[in-house]
Amino acid sequence: MAEVKKNEEPRIGVFVCHCGTNIAGSIDVKAVMEYARTLPNVAIADDYQYMCSTPGQNKIAEAIAEQKLTGVVVAACSPRLHEPTFRNATKAGGLNPFRFEMANIREQNSWVHMHQPEEATAKAKDAVRIAVAKASLLEDLVPKSVPVEKAAMVVGGGVGGMQAALDLANAGIKTYLVEKSPTIGGRMSQLDKTFPTLDCSQCILTPKMVDVYRNEGIELLTYTEVEQVEGYIGNFDVTLRKKARGVITPAEAEARGIVGGGCTGCGDCVDVCPVIKPNPFELGMAPRKAIYIYHPQVSPLIYTVDFDACVKCGLCVEACGEKKAVDLEMKDELMTVKVGTVVLATGYDIFPIEKKFEWGYKNYDNVITSLEFERLICASGPTGGHLVRPSDGETPKKIAFVLCAGSRDSTGVGKPYCSRFCCMYSLKHAHQIIEKIPGAIPYIFYMDIRSFGKMYEEFYYRIQDEGAKFIRGRVANILEDPVTKNLHVNAEDTLLGRPIDMEVDMVVLAAAVQPTAETEKTRRLFGVSCSQDGWLLEAHPKLNPCGTTTAGVYLAGVCQGPKDIPDTVAQAEGAASAASIPIHRGEVELEPYFAQCMEEKCAGCGLCVNQCPYGALSLVEKDGRTVMQVTEAKCKGCGTCGGFCPGGAIWMQHFATPQIVAQIDAFLLGGEQ
Amino acid sequence: MADENWKPKIIAIICNWCSYAGADLAGGARIQYPPDIRAIRVMCTGRIDPLFILKAFQDGADGVLVSGCHFGDCHYLEGNFKAAKRMFLLKSVLKNIGLDDKRLRMTFVSASEGAKWGMVMEDVIKTINELGPSPLKEFAR
Ligand SMILES: Cc1cc2nc3c(=O)[nH]c(=O)nc-3n(C[C@H](O)[C@H](O)[C@H](O)COP(=O)(O)OP(=O)(O)OC[C@H]3O[C@@H](n4cnc5c(N)ncnc54)[C@H](O)[C@@H]3O)c2cc1C
Ligand code: SF4
Ligand code: SF4
Ligand code: FES
Repeated sequence: MAEVKKNEEPRIGVFVCHCGTNIAGSIDVKAVMEYARTLPNVAIADDYQYMCSTPGQNKIAEAIAEQKLTGVVVAACSPRLHEPTFRNATKAGGLNPFRFEMANIREQNSWVHMHQPEEATAKAKDAVRIAVAKASLLEDLVPKSVPVEKAAMVVGGGVGGMQAALDLANAGIKTYLVEKSPTIGGRMSQLDKTFPTLDCSQCILTPKMVDVYRNEGIELLTYTEVEQVEGYIGNFDVTLRKKARGVITPAEAEARGIVGGGCTGCGDCVDVCPVIKPNPFELGMAPRKAIYIYHPQVSPLIYTVDFDACVKCGLCVEACGEKKAVDLEMKDELMTVKVGTVVLATGYDIFPIEKKFEWGYKNYDNVITSLEFERLICASGPTGGHLVRPSDGETPKKIAFVLCAGSRDSTGVGKPYCSRFCCMYSLKHAHQIIEKIPGAIPYIFYMDIRSFGKMYEEFYYRIQDEGAKFIRGRVANILEDPVTKNLHVNAEDTLLGRPIDMEVDMVVLAAAVQPTAETEKTRRLFGVSCSQDGWLLEAHPKLNPCGTTTAGVYLAGVCQGPKDIPDTVAQAEGAASAASIPIHRGEVELEPYFAQCMEEKCAGCGLCVNQCPYGALSLVEKDGRTVMQVTEAKCKGCGTCGGFCPGGAIWMQHFATPQIVAQIDAFLLGGEQ
Repeated sequence: MADENWKPKIIAIICNWCSYAGADLAGGARIQYPPDIRAIRVMCTGRIDPLFILKAFQDGADGVLVSGCHFGDCHYLEGNFKAAKRMFLLKSVLKNIGLDDKRLRMTFVSASEGAKWGMVMEDVIKTINELGPSPLKEFAR
């Protein structure tokens, strides 16, 4: 238990920051500082332009030494931003860092009351008074160091997750790569080419997939989902569900004593399987059997049985023969792994664009999405790379591309945000049809072309020069000619200021992207927040774009918000680097906001025990009576027990009852009534 | 209203992870709201002992706002459920001692809901302005 220095006379130093004009623009900083001098326990008050600057921090350290301060208050920005800075300054002055308290007079005052200087100044004075009251009662605390498990987990095996896993493993960290589908690769393996270089997507992706598969530091867990997460940074216990895939690997066969057995990927089973289902990898445009692989380049190359479709006829078992790879009785397995840090890279889904019914997707045969276009133009896709009209198999010549389909849409049906890669991949699509189909003309209906990346604007010019037609305007509706199945695209050309009715052979909707359906479940398992649009929330939009508010959990790729492949890979490398730091340091410091039992007050009623979500509390016999005991390693410092104990016997370090009551009293009873 | 110069004294006790972060976000976005609320930060709304709120009313607070994460989003899993239960019970206590239970409000504002925080501020202040000064004020020491 931390030593409580009792009966010392509090001597508090108060420092009020101008933050340039950020604070001083609406708050009379000098008046707040003068007011602080009149408060009980305040030994010194000062103000400064930028308290977070080196001279500002030095002021704190010097005052602690000169004035023999017992506590420090800085009235400035949010403690969520600069509490660590000023705690360090407090420490530098020779005081325990937990004797520091912050008054937020910027985010929650000067910035939100910009036109009410008098009220803002009064509110700042109250905030300082409240902070001084708490600082007067603060005690020395020592952060708890815990060891960090030398292993990491990456959830999601798209290009982002693969990159993060490779970096972590190559930094010498044992890494579990958890992918829910039967293969790694993610959306990128569905793409034909990639802008702006027009590299073949699979060609640049498969070497990475092979690297992941071969890397000894990576334990690849495909067809696996996260079931449960316990613990905290350094010590996450993650329970995984290895879904029954009905087929065993050579290694698993060996473990079962089947010599030379296990799936070799020969595909003999597929030929005999009588059940036909649509292949989700081909977006339902091609069939697959009940025993399947998504595409020839899957990694790992192991077949999977779709038990929802399988009729258990056993023909595949027979076809497989001596390899004995098919096990139709396989059951899901649970396994638990311990990791120090986690990277989430769970990607995205396509917005169900049929909701924008005015464009007729799923109603009109020849209206397709861009992802379907990718599969149709891809040589390994369902049509061998021949773009055809679904209605009659003819090659389309006039093709309309509708950009921002469901993106930048404030009607409430679509998404308000920009999906960030649709402009660029639509330019790529335009190029592809000009290249592949002689005489074909792409008509691009756009709002603005966002070609923001390196060599992107140049790519845009190139596509213009190649003959793509650009029409600036949102498409109001699309109507189908019932006989020809051609489509009439109705829009307003906002540059010429006139309506357009254009007949085309095919329409490609650049549909918005959205968080996957399981994002909500995943983020709750890991205690990560989301932004209003459902993407996982980074710790800070500018300064901590890979971190989350849950220590030890990091983000990579589109799960954090739409981004193209280069940005996904860059963020993945950032997340991997951030996730490797605690592991390489070997230990992390936890804030010491633990619960403590004040045994003399504890009645041993045990009511608090069930309040704790982490099972940190128990009853023990001590000196002949029953008292509560806290297991510090389990306590996360939420204070739920402390808010409940009827006898007030629980001391919440740094948020103790007397400290909070002092804040309440200081606001309501102190000051100018 | 009895006192012409009366301005409501409202205290907000808010959790670090959601509502405090949401309030910071409102600041970053320069969302303007009336200045009558003072906030105290706790790590989780589960920390809030009903006695804190009774103490605030005893001290003459005109209103108390408790704000945390949405259900299912609490940084500590279920602190906000516990808090909501306690606030619910506390509301009946308030009624028994003759206080309008609208003076105690619990809201759920996430770290990304800066605009919502502004609306909550407006709304709480409006409610308390309509209710007028707390009848307990004269007993406050
Ligand atoms: C039509 C179209 C064309 C595009 N063309 C280009 C282009 O030319 N150039 C370019 O740079 N970008 C392009 N993009 C964007 C590109 O697809 C993304 O940038 C990239 O795929 C993002 O990778 P990711 O790893 O973040 O997500 P994803 O590729 O979506 O991978 C996520 C992975 O996580 C898995 N997963 C999801 N949830 C879970 C879970 N709960 N547990 C375990 N695993 C899970 C998924 O199965 C998937 O394998 C295009 C996008 C579209 C729609
Ligand atoms: S047992 Fe199932 S997977 Fe195997 S062939 Fe029959 S239907 Fe297909
Ligand atoms: S503070 Fe929270 S985590 Fe710690 S013992 Fe109390 S209820 Fe459990
Ligand atoms: S952490 Fe916000 S309510 Fe529990």
